[in-house]
Amino acid sequence: MHAFLKTGKLGAPTDVKKPSTSRAKDDKKDLTPWVEKYRPKNVDDIVEQTEVVNVIRQAMKHGDFPNMLFYGPPGTGKTSIIHAAARQMFGSMYKDRILELNASDDRGIQVVREKIKSFALRKANPIGPDGKKCPPFKIIILDEADSMTGAAQTALRRIMEKEAHSTRFCLVCNYLSRIIKPIASRCTKFRFKPLSDEKSISRLEYICNEENLKADRSVLEKIVEASGGDLRQAVMCLQSITRLKGKNYEITVDDALDVIGLIPDEKINALWEACKKGNYSNVETLLENLLLEGYPGSQVIEQLNEKVIFSDELSDKQKVIIGDMLGECDYKLTEGSDEYLQLLSIFSTILIAWKSS
Amino acid sequence: MSLWVDKYRPTTLAKLDYHLEQAEDLKNMVQKRDFPHLLVHGPPGAGKKTRILCILRELYGSAAERLKVENMQFETASKKKLEILTISSNYHTEVNPSDAGIHDRIVVMELIKATAQTHHIDVGQKEFKVILLSNVDQLTRDAQHALRRTMEKYISTCRLILCANSTSRVLPAIRSRCVRIRVPAPTGSEIKNILHSICKREGLHLPDEFANRVIEASGRNLRRAILMLEACKVEQCPFTADQKITEPDYQVYIRNTANMMVSEQSPKVLLEVRNRFYDLLTRAIPCDLIFRGLLKECIKNCDDQLKREIIGIASEYQHRMIRGSKPIFHLEAFAACYMAIYKKYIESSLEGFM
Repeated sequence: MHAFLKTGKLGAPTDVKKPSTSRAKDDKKDLTPWVEKYRPKNVDDIVEQTEVVNVIRQAMKHGDFPNMLFYGPPGTGKTSIIHAAARQMFGSMYKDRILELNASDDRGIQVVREKIKSFALRKANPIGPDGKKCPPFKIIILDEADSMTGAAQTALRRIMEKEAHSTRFCLVCNYLSRIIKPIASRCTKFRFKPLSDEKSISRLEYICNEENLKADRSVLEKIVEASGGDLRQAVMCLQSITRLKGKNYEITVDDALDVIGLIPDEKINALWEACKKGNYSNVETLLENLLLEGYPGSQVIEQLNEKVIFSDELSDKQKVIIGDMLGECDYKLTEGSDEYLQLLSIFSTILIAWKSS
Repeated sequence: MSLWVDKYRPTTLAKLDYHLEQAEDLKNMVQKRDFPHLLVHGPPGAGKKTRILCILRELYGSAAERLKVENMQFETASKKKLEILTISSNYHTEVNPSDAGIHDRIVVMELIKATAQTHHIDVGQKEFKVILLSNVDQLTRDAQHALRRTMEKYISTCRLILCANSTSRVLPAIRSRCVRIRVPAPTGSEIKNILHSICKREGLHLPDEFANRVIEASGRNLRRAILMLEACKVEQCPFTADQKITEPDYQVYIRNTANMMVSEQSPKVLLEVRNRFYDLLTRAIPCDLIFRGLLKECIKNCDDQLKREIIGIASEYQHRMIRGSKPIFHLEAFAACYMAIYKKYIESSLEGFM
């Protein structure tokens, strides 16, 4: 009974359905996404982000924590690091001492006032049930904090100060600019940088090893390159490929491209060349075919952007013109405009830009 | 008697006619225990739905084909009642949430909750049910955000198959939670093989040249190609090579409208064009199609600079149309704007002559 109360409401449904215990357990293990399965359990497991890890390790040694604000691009280990630290500090008390709220939970001002406040008010025992010492505070993790409304953040200010003796806050977000000033100044800020390719590849290699996958290093490189320092996406991609192809399969670059949804370079290049030659009707048919192949317009824009920025042949002025158009069309696409029209307008701009040189 | 499109629709993954490698992959995936969420995307008429139905059949056997149509009721926060048509079998539910307009979030959440809370009793089947959401790219932001949490929460009892034309408007968070299946449109020769095999089974002779023309007119849309072929059969039964292919009426109509705009630019023509737009809209022709059709004709005899300008205004007005409430204003604005630019261009080039 006690255990049931502890796990709370969310845990309950999993308890209710129990077809046949041993099989169910296997299922669970199979079904957990690799992203969860290979999440670092220990602060020392975390690759990269050395400064942050050092600070956390020091803090754990002294058994105290500041309020923290983690920011950085997705898939760099922000959530992982705080979970790993909490797990190490609290051990078996882990579930009791943590309240995690993310963007998909309701996080309006009402929730801040009731749920967060009532959790913050609870007292944390300095001695755990097993008689060992345990840090006398709880951690509230606000994942994706940049999507909280301003009002909700404002409501948080006073709570953070008042409950400082027994509660630590850890805010996790992508953009620091969306956190209101008073909150930011109450926290120690840590910036997370994108993972280096080297570290990501070694992590992927480790997973491949564990899961008995055969993948060439060049394939892993391509996956890492495409995910742009986002380890979560890279791992997701790896798992998707295995789901499609089965385990005893040598993963090729083409499979990886297909799963990530990248457009093969030669297709983009063909369009690019057609623009360069100023052949409008050619551009039109190539574009039509590209869309018929089912490639999404947003992806075309992304890859074009890369190409334009790193092109040596274009002058700065041309790049500005094209870049401006790319931005505008991307905006219109997310608003739901017709892909064909928007992409056509991009390519015709590029075509004119080439002519004007 | 059913249409050829339905009659000759492959029912199992093994019977698919093209993208064989992909079919093999899908089969692989279905046989494994951990079936993921899927996001199937591709242009219209490429066979997305066919593949999804095949997957369902592979998962649950022929029981997935016994369908019933149901009206589900939902209540919004403001106590407004919504009715949504769903098609379901014992194992899956298909719904088009964008029917609900801005209330699609409620539909998505309630439906998933209702489906995920009940369990199968029969042991032999998979332990999850499938919800098939079509037109995901039309979902509001709100609904997509709600979807991402529910997708994770109920993964043990419920899998989603999302179907969309393009993933541009699907949130990255959702994209990364699904295995993406891209279904490219079939190539000309693939369509040709299919048309030939259909004719063979119907006991008809299909001249090669005629098949080529049908394919050309269909624009690599398999469904349209088959429908056209059947329409042609009704008109003239033993096929001949130089038989007329009836194009959809609206295409001809749009083309004529565009030609009017090209041939004369005056307020009088604008008025006529406006009437024709109304005609098209009252016959429920999608505005995107009208825009595309117009643009294609309008820029045929322009130089590159002018093309750029006209494409620019077309994309601008199309975007406004999506944001705005009534498409007619924006279509009209485009027509007027086009006429002004075109007239100026013609006049300036005439001046050069004199």
